[in-house]
Amino acid sequence: MKLFGHKLTVSAAIGMAVVGLFVFISLFTPWIAPYSESANVAGTWDEPSAKLLFGADQIGRDMLTRMMYGSRMTIGVALAITTLSFAIGILTGLVSAVVGGWVDVFFTRLVDVMLSIPSLIFALIILGVFGSSIPVLIMTIAVLDSTRVFRLARALGMNLTVMEYVEAARLRGEGLWWVITREILPNAWAPLVSEFGLRFCFNFLFIAGLSFLGLGIQPPYADLGGMVRENAAAINFGIMAPIYPATAIALLTVSVNLVVDWMLSIDARPSGAQAEL
Amino acid sequence: MRIGGRVCARPFFCSTFGIVVQGLHVENTEYFVALFTNLLHFMAKLIVNRLLLGVLTLFAVSVLIFVCTQILPGDVASAVLGQGATPEALVIFRRELGLDVPAHLRYWHWLVGALHGDLGVALTNKRVIIDEILPRMGNTLFLAAYAALIAIPLAVGLGVISAINEGKWSDRLANVVTLVAISLPEFFIAYLLIIFLAVDVELFPSLSTVFKGMPFSERVYQSTLPAFTLTLLVAAHMLRMTRSSVLSVMSTPYIEMAFLKGAPRRRVIVRHALPNAAAPIITVIALNMAYLVVGVVVIEAVFVYPGLGQLMVDAVSKRDVPVIQACGLTFATVFVLLNTLADILVILVNPRLRHKR
Repeated sequence: MKLFGHKLTVSAAIGMAVVGLFVFISLFTPWIAPYSESANVAGTWDEPSAKLLFGADQIGRDMLTRMMYGSRMTIGVALAITTLSFAIGILTGLVSAVVGGWVDVFFTRLVDVMLSIPSLIFALIILGVFGSSIPVLIMTIAVLDSTRVFRLARALGMNLTVMEYVEAARLRGEGLWWVITREILPNAWAPLVSEFGLRFCFNFLFIAGLSFLGLGIQPPYADLGGMVRENAAAINFGIMAPIYPATAIALLTVSVNLVVDWMLSIDARPSGAQAEL
Repeated sequence: MRIGGRVCARPFFCSTFGIVVQGLHVENTEYFVALFTNLLHFMAKLIVNRLLLGVLTLFAVSVLIFVCTQILPGDVASAVLGQGATPEALVIFRRELGLDVPAHLRYWHWLVGALHGDLGVALTNKRVIIDEILPRMGNTLFLAAYAALIAIPLAVGLGVISAINEGKWSDRLANVVTLVAISLPEFFIAYLLIIFLAVDVELFPSLSTVFKGMPFSERVYQSTLPAFTLTLLVAAHMLRMTRSSVLSVMSTPYIEMAFLKGAPRRRVIVRHALPNAAAPIITVIALNMAYLVVGVVVIEAVFVYPGLGQLMVDAVSKRDVPVIQACGLTFATVFVLLNTLADILVILVNPRLRHKR
């Protein structure tokens, strides 16, 4: 089987199928979920049955329904974070590479300092001061994550900004915005797209981890990390309840990684921007 | 050059060991003393530079933490107390936090205090923060060291084996297993281990109760499950990086030369490639050790292990700003220290840096 003119590996195909399933579920949750998000339909941690495919959670809500809403929430927030992070990272990174001088020094040093604090610790500091709400979460993690995007975008920009066609554009008097969007960005897409997949995975795990610590997305919203936390006590009785949402997280991240792995393998050219990184 | 009675074909690599095992089985002491003072001259500058950079980074980090906790929110008092706070409560709380003093003075007091081991008093329970942090820091470092002792030999060994068998089924298996292990959330691995090793087979406790003055063996037993979880998380990444840094050295001309003269693959990797791959491997190990100390936060939450991460998470949920600052500073310090140490080790094991340009 071929996709975009490249041979599709088995693992990539599986990854794409699972990612597609998650996207479908996230888009149409309210219409395909068997119960309502907050309805109590059974007892605490009821066993899985034909009616409740994955059993019930700690207050008797349907686990499958909660997982669908949870995926929708967590995927949505992670996507928002990654998009914002790429917007910030690409913009600052390319400006840094194209303008150079003190702008470059300023951004690079700032990023160096930010990267010398582990991002989880940094996020905890910000959340501790501002409190945890969805906008704060998105802003904080996006800014922290954009440091990595910055490094990649700057490296790509550095390679491209010395090209003749960029020089030509500058000589004919094009502005900074034109040079970045019309000359450099179109040639930097390929590595940025696979990086997007990796960063999405990272952010997805990050937000799930924060929610698991009780500092991410707050109830009443369902989210996968929070569901693991809420059901964590069940594990000591040998009940599998926290395993289901944790598996959903694992399944999605592994699948995205499989797809990204495939994309990286077709991107890996012997020469060009990718190889020079 | 002779070390331990054995003639060494490659003086560079052996001289590294000569320094490390000085006094153990070195015959020619004078030679090593001379070598050592020479090295000191050549490398001291680099190392001192790196140390200064580390101190500078720590300073910048402390400024950043201070800015994030004290200046960004505008007014910490109203940020913490929320919109419902009465003006009187705000005034009292501001005075308690010392917010009536200008920011740069507050930073100065905080920094000087921190350097003297005085991190202030917790808002919620009025305990002295440093007394809370130190024992928990010990617990966290114990857990991290336990995991590191298993993870480093395992990962580097398997990584080299994987590189030797590049493309064979064992290598591909390692590739898939580590890719999966890297993309799994920490708590997923932790709960799987709990289910298999604590619930199904009651080998280890599912909660690690660690307290002061418990016997060492008991402490090791109690922290085994969290240490295993950390090992799995970190070893996967280290294995991949070890493999790829060995393989990237493999594509250089001198390795091709070694192959052409007829050396077997195993020997080429262990004798020719590994010494030059040492620097990236050390960097990877240090990065992962830093991750161990930090990534421990989630693992501690799963196993209710009384470490620094737990303290910080509690402080964040109670929004206890001084404790958050202190924990953040401690974590960041460990992180920066480990990175600095890695860079210095890389300078030390790099034979090219030992000669005057």
